[in-house]
Amino acid sequence: MINYIIRRLLLLIPVFIGVSLLAFSLLRLIPGDPAKSMLGNKATAAQLQSLRLELGLDDPLPVQYKDYMEDVFQGDLGYSIKSHDSVLEEISTRLPATLELSVVALIFAIVIGVLAGIISAVKRNSWFDHVSMTGALFGVSMPIFWLGLMMIWLFSVTLHWLPPSGRLSVGVHLQLITNIYLLDSLLTGNWQAFKDSFEHILMPALALGTIPMAVIARMTRSSMLEVLNQDFIRTAHAKGLAKYLIIFQHALKNAFLPILTVIGSQFGFLLGGAVLTETIFSWPGVGRYVYQSILSRDYPVVQSTILIIAVLFVLINLITDILYKYFDPRIRYD
Amino acid sequence: MEEQYLLKVDNLHTHFFTKTGVVKAVDGVSFSIRSGETLGIVGESGSGKSITALSIMKLVPNPPGRIVEGAIYYNGEDLMSKSEKQMRRIRGNKLSMIFQDPMTSLNPVFTIGRQLVETVRAHRDLSKRQAEARAIELLTLVGIPDPKQRLKNYPHEFSGGMRQRVMIAMALACDPELLIADEPTTALDVTVQAQILELLKRLQEELGMAIIMITHDLGVVAEICDRVMVMYAGRQVEFTNRIALFDHPKHPYTWGLLDSIPKMEKEKRRLQAIAGHPPDLRYLPQGCYFADRCKQATEECKMHEPTLTKLDDHHLVRCLLYEDIKVEST
Repeated sequence: MINYIIRRLLLLIPVFIGVSLLAFSLLRLIPGDPAKSMLGNKATAAQLQSLRLELGLDDPLPVQYKDYMEDVFQGDLGYSIKSHDSVLEEISTRLPATLELSVVALIFAIVIGVLAGIISAVKRNSWFDHVSMTGALFGVSMPIFWLGLMMIWLFSVTLHWLPPSGRLSVGVHLQLITNIYLLDSLLTGNWQAFKDSFEHILMPALALGTIPMAVIARMTRSSMLEVLNQDFIRTAHAKGLAKYLIIFQHALKNAFLPILTVIGSQFGFLLGGAVLTETIFSWPGVGRYVYQSILSRDYPVVQSTILIIAVLFVLINLITDILYKYFDPRIRYD
Repeated sequence: MEEQYLLKVDNLHTHFFTKTGVVKAVDGVSFSIRSGETLGIVGESGSGKSITALSIMKLVPNPPGRIVEGAIYYNGEDLMSKSEKQMRRIRGNKLSMIFQDPMTSLNPVFTIGRQLVETVRAHRDLSKRQAEARAIELLTLVGIPDPKQRLKNYPHEFSGGMRQRVMIAMALACDPELLIADEPTTALDVTVQAQILELLKRLQEELGMAIIMITHDLGVVAEICDRVMVMYAGRQVEFTNRIALFDHPKHPYTWGLLDSIPKMEKEKRRLQAIAGHPPDLRYLPQGCYFADRCKQATEECKMHEPTLTKLDDHHLVRCLLYEDIKVEST
């Protein structure tokens, strides 16, 4: 097991190189000139050229890549071309916001998705099954930006129940420790901030979690249906076990492997989906940051953020793979 | 006064309501079993043996299946009137069941220790430690070496025969009065089959429980059963004790079954298979269900349904050949 984890972590190196190369070259393939976007249309050719020289943008691409990677391996993700801020610092305040949003979205998706899937499977062809599976179909087909805007219109503009944007209301103070507001407010026992940040995260998390929720619900239903027909479920009934034990322990643990796979892959989706959600709800996370940086051709920011998200994605997959072992002891890693 | 039975099944009808029609899987079966006795239920696949067993446990998958008629008395209590909650207290406790395929009948993601402990604790008010001690005792009883260590193993770490022993241990967790064994040896190697039968026989002697042995293997019947019920197309066609079944089988279907077993002592001859297939349980023919495949069948057999006729105190048969009053064909 330990060997397996070490092997998987070593595999991070080629992934890292591959992703960085890809991000690096793709960025330079898209039209646009960072020097131009920084200095504006009125800049002279000489000004542009001197800025390019300063940023190293006139070096051959392989040299640029080498320089970049050298810096990255020294923990230096570079400086934003636009704001001249350290990319590492920018990301370290924004990444917690994105992680918080994604994790809360995923928790919504798992809790509601798995429960709806189980009930649908147990009460197959009941009204609940039909309603929840139709809902799941809508959920999968719903574009995030549309759903997000509709939620803002309904809950913020019309009903005034929830704040439309941001992470915390003006005037609410929170001592930051991890930059994950829900966690920080719990750690400092600040209930006002907890309630306020929860109200802020509710809509974006639901909007972001809708598609994963729908996918998880459908997967749970089909996986549970398959397991509920297995012989060992009949054995469990014949042993006189209570029905809830049979469903939530015997069946669910067996059915969970494909659900876990979906959850793992949906987490990657969440990190990507965060770009849209964060833009709509003005959530100060990595997604919105990347989006803005792409528009301004801020090469170092985009490259580094893509790298970090890729590493996160690989780590999440590793955690998923390790969790498989818990759900199915027959899995061997050697 | 009537003799006291442990289990009495009276005119059981279990039907499956499918889109293509009503499948009469069990259609009027009656039998009873006394404490400590072994009853064999024999028949081809689809003859209704397993559904009879599941009906007794009230575990027929519903929908589509349902017990539409009949009564099941267990220790004089009517199981049909019991709620699901009451049934749960009986299942796995005094009335337990083991299944054909030990590979798939154990939950693959839990240790066998956990599966044994939960069975014990579902019915007995024991601490986890006490239940574990009971689990070790049970594994010892069914002949699993090094039981304490084995508790931590998962089903896939056992061989087929060992898994069936675990299943049996689980069924014995609460000292059942009746064990229903649904083809417990079918999925096992021949040598292992013999071991499992030996084990069941020994356990029965030690614990005094009754066994309903469901099988399609007359060899198993010869080995272990006191009385035998032969089923065909959801009905019993012959019901007698083991000796009579092998010495004077009455029903042509039973003859067929006996003819299809190879015998060592007799001269070499081709094994006689019973030609044809059992009828579709959705469209049962008029008359005797076996008539189409029966070498003795007459026109009468296709017209009139035979009733279960008592030949003597220990022999019932459903065949026009033995009905005292022959119905005249008109």
